[in-house]
Amino acid sequence: MDHSSSAPVDYLHADRGIRSWIFTLDHKRIGVMYLVGIAASLVLGGLFALAIRTHLAIPALTHGTTPAASVPAVGEPAAVAAPEAAAVQADAAAGLAAEGQAPTAASTLQETPPRYLLTPRQYNRVFTLHGAIMIFLVIIPGIPAALGNFVLPLMLGAKDVAFPRLNLASFHLWVIGAVFFLAVLFTGGLDTGWTFYTPYSTTTDTRVVTAALGAFILGFSSIFTGINFIATVHMLRARGMSWFKMPLFVWSLYATAVIQVLATPVLGITLLLVAAERIFGLGIFDPKLGGDPVLFQHFFWFYSHPAVYIMILPGMGVVSESISTFSRKHIFGYRFIAFSSVAIALLGFLVWGHHMFTSGQSRLAGMIFSALTFSVSIPSAIKVFNWLATMYKGSISLQTPMCYALAFLFLFGIGGLTGLFLGALSTDVHLHDTYFVVAHFHYVMFGGTLVAFLGGLHYWWPKMTGKMFDETLGRLGALAIFLGLNLTFFPQFVLGSRGMPRRYFDYSLLLDRHPEFAGLNVLSTAGAFLTGLGFVIVVICLAHSLWRGRPAPANPWGAATLEWQTSSPPPKENFLRPPVLSESYDPYYLDDLEYDDKTGAYAGVPLGLA
Amino acid sequence: MNDLTALAPHGVSAQSEQGHHPHPDYVAHHFDSAEQQFDAGKLGVWVFLVTEILFFSGLFCAYAVYRGNHPEVFVYAHHFLDKNLGALNTAVLIFSSLTMALAVRAAQLEQRRALIAFLLVTLLCAFVFLGVKYVEYRQKWEHGLLWAGRYHATGQESNHGPEAASADRGAAVAAGPRAGETTPAVPPELPPEATASEDAPRLVGVFFSIYFAMTGLHALHVIGGIGAVTWILARAVRGDFNRFYFGPVDYVGLYWHLVDLVWIFLFPLLYLIH
Amino acid sequence: MRRRLATDRYSYSHGQGTLPAAMKREALSHNDTRGGDTRGGADRRAASAAQAARAVPASRGSEACDLRRQTGLFAWGLPLAQAGGSFWLPDPASTTAHYTDYLFYAIFYISAFFFALIVVLMTVFLILYRRRDSRSKADKAPSHSTVLELFWTFVPVCIVIYIFAAGFIGYMEMRTAPPDAYEIRVTGQKWKWFFTYPTGYVDENLHVPIDRPVRLVMTSRDVIHSLFIPAFRLKMDLVPGRYTSTWFHAVRPGEYPLLCAEYCGDNHSSMLAEVVVHEPGRFEKWLEEASNFMKNLSPVEAGRILYQRQGCAQCHSLDGTRKVGPSFKNAYGEPVRFADGTTAVADENYLRESILVPDAKIVAGYPPQMPPYQGLLDEDKIAALIAFIKSLSDAHADEATPPADADEAPAPDASP
Repeated sequence: MDHSSSAPVDYLHADRGIRSWIFTLDHKRIGVMYLVGIAASLVLGGLFALAIRTHLAIPALTHGTTPAASVPAVGEPAAVAAPEAAAVQADAAAGLAAEGQAPTAASTLQETPPRYLLTPRQYNRVFTLHGAIMIFLVIIPGIPAALGNFVLPLMLGAKDVAFPRLNLASFHLWVIGAVFFLAVLFTGGLDTGWTFYTPYSTTTDTRVVTAALGAFILGFSSIFTGINFIATVHMLRARGMSWFKMPLFVWSLYATAVIQVLATPVLGITLLLVAAERIFGLGIFDPKLGGDPVLFQHFFWFYSHPAVYIMILPGMGVVSESISTFSRKHIFGYRFIAFSSVAIALLGFLVWGHHMFTSGQSRLAGMIFSALTFSVSIPSAIKVFNWLATMYKGSISLQTPMCYALAFLFLFGIGGLTGLFLGALSTDVHLHDTYFVVAHFHYVMFGGTLVAFLGGLHYWWPKMTGKMFDETLGRLGALAIFLGLNLTFFPQFVLGSRGMPRRYFDYSLLLDRHPEFAGLNVLSTAGAFLTGLGFVIVVICLAHSLWRGRPAPANPWGAATLEWQTSSPPPKENFLRPPVLSESYDPYYLDDLEYDDKTGAYAGVPLGLA
Repeated sequence: MNDLTALAPHGVSAQSEQGHHPHPDYVAHHFDSAEQQFDAGKLGVWVFLVTEILFFSGLFCAYAVYRGNHPEVFVYAHHFLDKNLGALNTAVLIFSSLTMALAVRAAQLEQRRALIAFLLVTLLCAFVFLGVKYVEYRQKWEHGLLWAGRYHATGQESNHGPEAASADRGAAVAAGPRAGETTPAVPPELPPEATASEDAPRLVGVFFSIYFAMTGLHALHVIGGIGAVTWILARAVRGDFNRFYFGPVDYVGLYWHLVDLVWIFLFPLLYLIH
Repeated sequence: MRRRLATDRYSYSHGQGTLPAAMKREALSHNDTRGGDTRGGADRRAASAAQAARAVPASRGSEACDLRRQTGLFAWGLPLAQAGGSFWLPDPASTTAHYTDYLFYAIFYISAFFFALIVVLMTVFLILYRRRDSRSKADKAPSHSTVLELFWTFVPVCIVIYIFAAGFIGYMEMRTAPPDAYEIRVTGQKWKWFFTYPTGYVDENLHVPIDRPVRLVMTSRDVIHSLFIPAFRLKMDLVPGRYTSTWFHAVRPGEYPLLCAEYCGDNHSSMLAEVVVHEPGRFEKWLEEASNFMKNLSPVEAGRILYQRQGCAQCHSLDGTRKVGPSFKNAYGEPVRFADGTTAVADENYLRESILVPDAKIVAGYPPQMPPYQGLLDEDKIAALIAFIKSLSDAHADEATPPADADEAPAPDASP
């Protein structure tokens, strides 16, 4: 580690060799490794999504070309599917080949040819794994573990997170969990839906135990990240950084960490009980043995509803940073935004029952959960209006991260407002378990979390890699994803409210009554491929920047938070001298930073930073 | 409980040289001082203990729900548990908590021998606890008093079983209709339960499912605690601790008290309450 | 064998399953009873609206009808226009549907307003405050305003209180069955519905009277299902091991799709049934005739109905196709080899035992998946089933009249 030059060596070049990555204790490297793993999972989950959408376009395209109830010929799906779809088909077929090898399945295989892209059993596995991978491997760790890991200590002016070994353990557990999911994929799949509802999950013949243990391990990965973040925020803030001088992204990560720590263990014990049920016949959720299958739903949603806020809160943090920075203006209503994060985290624990309005729970429970559910919508509304007020009289620059932030406002607006339909009791009875729900949570999870993740990725990309990406390509990718996402999921609102249930392998039997399902499904599939194209553009843009991007300055966007006050990429120890803040420091006071046309960077030191 | 080992970074001597403050070996490079490191570790352990409590809380909830659904089963079946062995285990665990606390004190006072001795006694208690647990499980196994899926009480143990069994039958009223629209009922299509002898209520296995899940998970935590105490013991023998650096002993001690505390709830809930 | 099985990859079928047949029948009758549907366009909607207005009970009718007129706004020039209902929702057909529809559109307009507000503000700010010179800074503006922030906390609070209250009121109506409701028991099983009427008759579709409310008492035999009737805005889970209940009062005669909304495995999407709302006074007549099908039909025809309704069709094909269990085609009178190596000829006694106690002899190569029918079928029904199986045997078909090939009737293309 001897370097003759006096300039600090950045964290990417401080150590060499694969071991210096796999066993690193540097939060920045762990964040980058998380990023790589999450991106790979995203590709896998995305291919599954394309397989689902391709499959669901076929009934619409073949209906009417043949007599209503006759069997579409084998060749037809291939004829109507796009070339990409063929690739997806091959991929899905390869991924699910193992499933066909169940002892007696082979004989049935030849007798009835597949009519669509996937058989019912394949379809059920594909949508289950799409959900499980996207939830557990991508969006829960997405922003906290990848971006948060990288940025949080930098934003606090710390050298590392409080427990670097725990951080590394968290990543290793994530990898082990991912391996479990891959094992599920290659040994017979999983067809319970990502929700593992009992008694289906205790009676199906697919790999529930492997998947449950995988999710259990991923849960501990998430808990470790949460513990780390809480301790880091409490103990390792730079000298002079009081709680209300922390960037809002840190507030959102802190609120997220609280949920991770409090909710995830309940998922852990629930999945252990499901595994014990399958292995030993424990009977806790088995009605034949005196168990209660609905208790599972309570346990599951006690975690999984707060988990929704694990996913969305960090996204809101990213948007708070971007909107302030690219409006060159102080964030509006710092305290309201900070407290609304904490309020969402706490209220989020009280609303799980709104997933069960039709499960037969009592009317009183329904009433209470509905009322509490609406209370969560208030802090979200506050944030949205505060972001808009931040833009008021700003100096708005439409650089790529800002494009994503504005896309977030639009998409999360739709996702959040459609949540009102689902929180209200009488409308939820009609909309529950239909495509309306699918559209709603994709607008929130994809339009909210993933778009914010992409925005944050572009925002901190110069800091992480030391390279600037091409703005045109970056904006083009954001636009394609934005349009594709709307085209994919907006039709699904109509599908759902008109009565198409989710998780349907085939809706051709409904087409006589609901001819509109055909066109809406085709639109949705077209949107999915446009979204896929958007992701390809993003990959090209970021990959191109690694090869050809110009070196990133320390502060390319003009932000006053501490991560921009060190070089890009930062040295291993983050700061040459630990930052010390005076009373006048404000992470959103941007007026002391001056843009320099020659360097394309912002010069100057934020007020109050020694 | 390997996670505990990761909670407390230590011995990063190579890196501490680079820091701007002179760091003792036991203070990790990213901490300013031993106090800051200790406080961070303690906070981390407390947060971890909160997750542990929530981990168990799922089972406590299940206990409450099933006790509400099948009160007669719980009244009937808890007589099969051996109160004396349970009480013995409670005493053993409480005593081990005392020795653990004394071990922490010894570490703070740099009394290395006392530290090692107290840790050894704690370890011993943990093994005694597991031994007694083994005896109990073995009895249940021999009598077929297993969780719902494997429950096959032999005729023999209804003699073992309490004289109270007949008295309790009076209380063993069928579960009434539940609140709300739902009534607990097995649809007539379901195959009849093949449960135990005539004087036993149906679905006794539910109690043992809960019993094995709760005590089993607790036993796993005791085993984890044995691992953690052993690790501390090894470091104590090596002489890692001093009056400025005793965090890991304190952290493991906190964890051990939690394991003790969980048992203090389990014992009355499963063994004592009628 | 009724239950789903791992190896049953392609048990989903268009041609021979019970549901496509039911759907075809339904498509036929659909066109017969509601011929107006094929006309399409605005006059059809007007016609059905008028129909709705006639059928809706006077107390709630006008309200529901007003709503339909308002919501008709949303059907402009879209392919959906041919499908009936408003843009967002299918035709309402129960007395409680208007609670849902009213609130749905109330929330819709509120959401549309706020969404438009957000997008307009965003766009206006973008245009007004776009950074033109890369060095320019923001104008001075306050960084917070407690009054303003409390304002946009308070307004959403009022709105969500209203939404909650409206949802709660509708929900209480939807969950509180009138005391005089007609009770039908519903059992869900992969992937079929069983509707048991007070006479003990079991049907695969839900037939209901129009002149009284209907209460459904529901349970499941295997996993969780969910009964979903979009036209009635009705959904309730069926949970094994307990009963759930719901109710509705239909307002228009006709047929409405009934779907399973809770994912329940391979053939989840074909777990469909029809809700048949009979004209006033017709339901009782139908029930009487249907309940006596054993008397009115020949054993083979009765057997065919039982085959459909008792769930045999889920696992046993009629054309030799291998499903979860052996096909009934040419099953009778043929030698069978069992898993334990023994063999026997499939005669009446063997078939009877296989129905009542399926696990007594397991056919080689098939898993022991079938639930016992002991106590569920009386001897007459078993005899009818055996006669039906006999009729499928090429060698023994003459012993029973071959049934009419109802399943192969050509289905009219219902889409215009």
